[in-house]
Amino acid sequence: MTLDRREFLEIGAGLIIGFALPQYTGVRIEDAPYPTLYGPFPAMQIPPPDGKPSAYIQIAKDERVTLFVTRAEMGQGVTTSCSQILAEELDCDWKNVRARFAPVDTSLYGYQGTVGSLSIRTMWNPLREAGAAARQMLIDAAAQQWGVDRSRCHTESGFVVDSSSGKRLSYGILAETAAKLPVPVNVPLKNRSEYRIIGQPFNRLDTREKITGIAQFGMDVRVPGMLYAAVARCPVFGGKPANVDATKAKAMPGVKEVVQIATGVGVLAENSWVAMQACRALEVKWDEGAGSSLTTAGISAMFASRAKQDGIEARKEGDVHAGLAKALKTIEASYEVPFLAHATMEPMNCTADVRSNSCTVWAPTQCMTDARNMTAAMTGLAPEKIDFRVTYMGGGFGRRGNYELDFIGEAVELSKHARSPVKVVWSREDDMQHDFYRPAAYVQFTGGLDTQGWPVALYARVACPAFPPGRPGAMSNTAVAGLRDLHYEFPDLLVDYRAADTTVPVSFWRAPGANQNTFFLESFLDEMAAAGGKDPVEARRRLLGKTPRLLGVLNLAAAKANWGKPLPAGRFQGVALGSNVGSFNAQIAEISITNGRLRVHRVVCAFDCGQPINPLILRQQIAGGIAFGLAAALKGEITIDRGRVQQANFNTYDVLRIDEMPSVEVYIVPSVESPGGAGEASVPAIAPAVTNAIFAAARKRIRKLPIRTGSLV
Amino acid sequence: MASIEFNLNGKAQTVDANPAMPLLWVLRDLLGLTGTKFGCGMALCGACTVHVNGIAVRSCTMQISNVAGKNVTTIEGISTGASHPIQQAWIELDVPQCGYCQSGQIMSAAALLAKNTKPSDADIDQALRGNICRCGTYDDIRRAVHRAAEIASQDRSGGGAR
Repeated sequence: MTLDRREFLEIGAGLIIGFALPQYTGVRIEDAPYPTLYGPFPAMQIPPPDGKPSAYIQIAKDERVTLFVTRAEMGQGVTTSCSQILAEELDCDWKNVRARFAPVDTSLYGYQGTVGSLSIRTMWNPLREAGAAARQMLIDAAAQQWGVDRSRCHTESGFVVDSSSGKRLSYGILAETAAKLPVPVNVPLKNRSEYRIIGQPFNRLDTREKITGIAQFGMDVRVPGMLYAAVARCPVFGGKPANVDATKAKAMPGVKEVVQIATGVGVLAENSWVAMQACRALEVKWDEGAGSSLTTAGISAMFASRAKQDGIEARKEGDVHAGLAKALKTIEASYEVPFLAHATMEPMNCTADVRSNSCTVWAPTQCMTDARNMTAAMTGLAPEKIDFRVTYMGGGFGRRGNYELDFIGEAVELSKHARSPVKVVWSREDDMQHDFYRPAAYVQFTGGLDTQGWPVALYARVACPAFPPGRPGAMSNTAVAGLRDLHYEFPDLLVDYRAADTTVPVSFWRAPGANQNTFFLESFLDEMAAAGGKDPVEARRRLLGKTPRLLGVLNLAAAKANWGKPLPAGRFQGVALGSNVGSFNAQIAEISITNGRLRVHRVVCAFDCGQPINPLILRQQIAGGIAFGLAAALKGEITIDRGRVQQANFNTYDVLRIDEMPSVEVYIVPSVESPGGAGEASVPAIAPAVTNAIFAAARKRIRKLPIRTGSLV
Repeated sequence: MASIEFNLNGKAQTVDANPAMPLLWVLRDLLGLTGTKFGCGMALCGACTVHVNGIAVRSCTMQISNVAGKNVTTIEGISTGASHPIQQAWIELDVPQCGYCQSGQIMSAAALLAKNTKPSDADIDQALRGNICRCGTYDDIRRAVHRAAEIASQDRSGGGAR
């Protein structure tokens, strides 16, 4: 569905209008240049094209309305939801709407990337304004043709109608005339009460190609004459090849060449299978470097020791030391989570064709502008010489973002060397053992209760690798996300942070920071409630006076789940809240434990993301985020021994299976607030909702993930 | 290298391949049928599921030599115009998110429906346990298999004018 440049220029007649896209306004982005194997590249601070229109819609003579989507699709339904926003203000017939991926072009679109559940948040205003402007142009074109005042005209689902005479002209007929008119500014937007497209559970625009095998993922790219490559990488992070014996590999039929590259040793072959087989036949002696003694136990001990040292203040209210000193009762607990792999269904891969004066890259990446810049730096070509084509992604979850471009670098490096198109294919083992992991993390809490037993003071000492990487010793806002921005009103609160770095590469993982810190916070808050003899929902309510939207979802979930009412025999409930990516949700998990076997039967999720765009897609994202978080809570664990990842495939790093999927009930709060994010919103709260339910069932507090079910007998 | 003949999506097919090469890579790299996906290479995730003589198998661990003389059906050949009841239900309920695992899910579900016209939730879980979806479409898959069973039964009784 990616549109190439030639096609883009050839799209002929009709109305094509551009509109200015803002950058990531109002959203905090860590802004230091970040190191990669191929040199430092600037983060997201690419200025928007100054005053130039930077995204396009086309209305063709045949009535088709095409939106050029500047974000990438990895499951979140971005083509459909963005199109709905546009179509609403344009007032066209939804049946005629198509979405295409826009080319990667900084001069037209500024920064293109798909991170932080930001697509809807950043496109909400520009898409509405573009739709409204185009609609006004179509009305003006009709009014001119009829020789009437524009105030006499209105639109009806793809037609301009003369309200007095009842005459009608379709958008397709008007498009060419409208295209000659100036683009109006400050066109009034619709009232939310007039919406007939935004908020509707329309079917996704990309379903059909995804159920027929037609959708092209990076893995599916085929270029005439291309070679296939597999890469052997040092099993120890930071190591490099000391000696390579490729005799056996080179003797295998179909193997073309073995070449050393920045990430390891690449094998070029005539198909993926031969490349992978030959890669395994390489005999490589590795210089393992300083990381070869690293173990999970050692990392844990380092975290616990770091947590006792001074930290950098991340959030402060009142005086936590005084607050704890005057508390009637204090409790302490430490929490820990392991490294996690992203384990996208589609292993990493990329295809590149580097020529002397041009380069084409086909990549399943979330951050195409960064990837294009990196390719330019690696090839010595100007960015505009790089034809960068983004494919569908078989899951992203943060593995394919701007800090994780290694798979693209490999394809570019190998194609440059081979002077031929090259597709790099990672095996599942490569993917799992050479990820940029969700960091392991550790928090030491102290909580204080007042004379009535209500929580009033909280001190959280965070020890976690700094991420994204690049600024050792400084505050890592991501590492404390979910704690530094917590909404609970503790009169006395302190969150501080100390970097606890290892050689294990770490980066963003769906709901970065929040996914572990919400587990920590919501669990310990539950501990404080229990210590004071308080109901977990009531204890949370009392701390949320200034955050009505979070209080609202809590109350809604409690009502829908019949919180506090009798449950079926053997069932227990736990509650947790999540607030990230501009959205709020409350989850109540209902579990049973039979002979030590934990089962999550049902999850009630009340969700407030402001104005819903497409409830069907929202429901998908919420249920999907819960499945993702639940997989981690129940099973996810990457362990390190002798500097190596011990897991390699789904038999040693299992994920959620269909028979473990709870029934998820989603209640979306009607709202006219500006839309918040959805893709990452429901991930953080599921783990603590489940572990808090375990406490209700077994009086056992789970302070370390994944949950060891054997311990629940 | 060996010349291996089999039936692919209803047509005779001959490939020259290493007899040990998995069917998955023959389909994807030699024949260009990329609808069948690579996920794990060890029959652990189900993304590569195809039908061999009507049975759902993991093509990533089935050597091409074992396919000689057999009937292979991939996602590309399961229907024309996405008309298989499973595909119809998948469209109706909008099952896919990223979509990468869906060819495998659909092939497993179609094999289930072929032998069990009215599967229970437990039957569905049993048949699809080997198909991982990281987007978490499981709930929708379950509902869609039930819906597909309905569509198929309407088709059989001639009431499914679509």
